Amino acid sequence: MALLTPSRRPAAVSKEPVPPALPQRRRGTGARKQLTAWLFLVPALLVFGLFAWWPIVRSLLISFQKTNLVEPAVWVGLDNFRTLFDDPLLGTAIGNTLFFVVLGLLIGFPAPLILAAIMSTVRRGAGVYRFLVYLPVVIPPVVAILLWKWFYDPGSGLFNNVLGKVGLGPYSWLESSDSAMLSLVLEATWAGMGGAVLIYLAAMVGIPGELYEAAEVDGAGIWRRIWHVMLPQLRSVIGLLLLVQLINTVQVFTEPYIFTGGGPENSTLTVLLLIFRYAFQDGEYGQAAALSFLMVLTLALLSAVYLRATRSWSTS
Amino acid sequence: MTTLTTFVSTSDRQRPGVRAAVRSIQVFTLILLLLIGIGPLYWMVKGAVSPPTELTTQPLALWPDRPALGNFSAAYTDLSVGRYLMNTFLVVGGSWFVQLFVSATAGFALSVLRPKFGKVVYGAILATMFVPYTVNMVSLFMTVIDVPFLHINLGDTYWAIWLPAGTNAFTVLLAKQFFDALPKELFDAARVDGASTRQLLTKIVLPMSKPVLAVISLLAVMHSWKDFIWPLVAITDPEKQPISVALAQLATQAPQDQLIAAMVLAVAPPVLVFVVCQKYIVAGLGFTGVKG
Repeated sequence: MALLTPSRRPAAVSKEPVPPALPQRRRGTGARKQLTAWLFLVPALLVFGLFAWWPIVRSLLISFQKTNLVEPAVWVGLDNFRTLFDDPLLGTAIGNTLFFVVLGLLIGFPAPLILAAIMSTVRRGAGVYRFLVYLPVVIPPVVAILLWKWFYDPGSGLFNNVLGKVGLGPYSWLESSDSAMLSLVLEATWAGMGGAVLIYLAAMVGIPGELYEAAEVDGAGIWRRIWHVMLPQLRSVIGLLLLVQLINTVQVFTEPYIFTGGGPENSTLTVLLLIFRYAFQDGEYGQAAALSFLMVLTLALLSAVYLRATRSWSTS
Repeated sequence: MTTLTTFVSTSDRQRPGVRAAVRSIQVFTLILLLLIGIGPLYWMVKGAVSPPTELTTQPLALWPDRPALGNFSAAYTDLSVGRYLMNTFLVVGGSWFVQLFVSATAGFALSVLRPKFGKVVYGAILATMFVPYTVNMVSLFMTVIDVPFLHINLGDTYWAIWLPAGTNAFTVLLAKQFFDALPKELFDAARVDGASTRQLLTKIVLPMSKPVLAVISLLAVMHSWKDFIWPLVAITDPEKQPISVALAQLATQAPQDQLIAAMVLAVAPPVLVFVVCQKYIVAGLGFTGVKG
C-alpha cells in the first residue's frame, strides 16, 4: 500500500514567507488558464486521438469497405461480413478460441488461487516463494514459447524423456490435433500465473484477522474458514481476475503463432490468428476488420456482464 | 514481519498434526516452484552450453560433459543477436519515455489543472481500456503507415511502436489518481511563490510522485519488452526488428544449440532487472493489479 501513497514531506517550495496580501496574479483567469491546461493535454490527445480513438472508429468503417491500401477504399455494405461467415475457418477459429478459453479456466484459474492460499500461510521466506512464482512472468513470451517447444519435442524434448523414465508416453504434444491445444494452455498457464498469484496474495493479506478468529471461536475448522471466510472475502478479486483472464485468453495469438502456426489441421487456429492471416497474408483488410469488430463486441459484452454481476454483488 | 492471521491460526499451528501437514505442503510447494520457476531457466542455460551432439544423445544430463561457451558468441555475431538486443533497447527506451511523458502530462492536466471537459477526455481515455490494441491491429497498422492529416508513413520506423505505446489508459489512470492525493495547499503555495505551471509539474508534482513514476516505468518497460504482436506487424525490416520478433524468425533457420543461446541472451536482461528490482516489482504489481 505504502508504495502508492504520496510522500508527505514538503517539496521544494521556497522557504521565504508568503508576501502578505499581494494581489495575486490570477494567471489571466479563465481563458488563459484553460489554454494552459489543454496545452498539457496535447500529448495525450495526440497519441490517443491518432493511435487509439481513430483506429477504433476506423476499424468499424473499414469493416464495411473494400481496401487494398493502394487504391481508395470502396463501400461494400455487408460484403465483408458475408465472406467472413462463408469462411468455414471462422467456425473452427471461434471453436478453438473457446476451447482455449475453457481449458485455460479449468487449468489456469484455480491454480493461482491455490498457490496463493498456500503461500499466505508461509511465515519465513515468503519473499523466496514470491520471487519464484513471478519469475516466469518476466520471461518474454517468445522465449518462453520456444523453450517449451523444445521441451515438447517428441524425440529430444524434456517432457517425453522424463515421462519415458517412469514408463509413460511417448506423447505427440504439439504434433497431434488432439493434444496441441492442451500443450498451448499448459505453457500459457505457466507463463501467466505469477501475476494472479501476487494479486490474490495481496488480497488475502488484506483480510482482517478478526474474521478468522471469530470463525475459529465459533468452532470452524481450517476448511470451513477457507470456504466461509476467505473465499467470500476474495469474491470481487476473483471476479476481476476472471474477467481479466477471459479477456486475455480470448485474444490468444503468440502461442499458436509460434508453437504451431495454427496447425496441425487448424486445431490451434484462433480468432486473432485468423484476423492476422486475413490482413497480413491475404490482404483482406476489410474482412479482418469485420472480424475485429465482432471481437470488440464480444469483449465489450464480457465487460458489461462483469459490471452487471459486480453491481448485483455489492447490493446483495 | 508481523505475524498475520490466516485461515491457519496460531492454535492450529500448535497442534502437531496440522503443523506437520502445513509444513509439508509448504515444502512441497517450494520444490514445485523451484521446478517451474528456476527449472526452465536452468535447462535453457544448460542447453546453451551443450554441444549439439550431447543435446540429442543425453537429453536428460543435468550438465554437459564438455560445456562450451562458443554458442553465445556464435549467437551474438552470426545470428546478429547483438543488433537485435540493441534494437530492443531502443524500442523499450522510446516506449518508456513516451508512456511516462503522456501519463505524467495528462495526469497533471486532469488532476491539477482540471480544464473544462477534462472529465470527458478522461472518460474517453479510460474507455480505450475495453478495446485492447491487439483487436485493432489492422486499423492501427493502416493508421501507422499513413498517419491522418500528416500523411507520413511510420511503418518500419520505431515511431510506429513508440507513439502507440503512449496510449496506455491504465498508466494515465495511475498517474491521475496519485496526483489527486497530493496536498493541494502545496500547489497554491507554489503559485503564490510565482511558479509557472510547468514548474509546478517539474518542481513540485513530479518530485513527490516518484513511487507512481516507478510503477508506470516498470509496467511500460515490461510491457514493451514482452510485446510481440505489434512489433511483428509494424517492423518488417529484419535489420530493425527487436529480439522477440527476430527470435520467432530464427527459430525456423538457426541450429538449435545456437538458438537456445540466443534465447538465453534475450532473457538475461529482463531476468537481471527482475532480480535487482524484485522488491518493487512484486510490491508494485501486487498493488496495481492486473496489467502484466
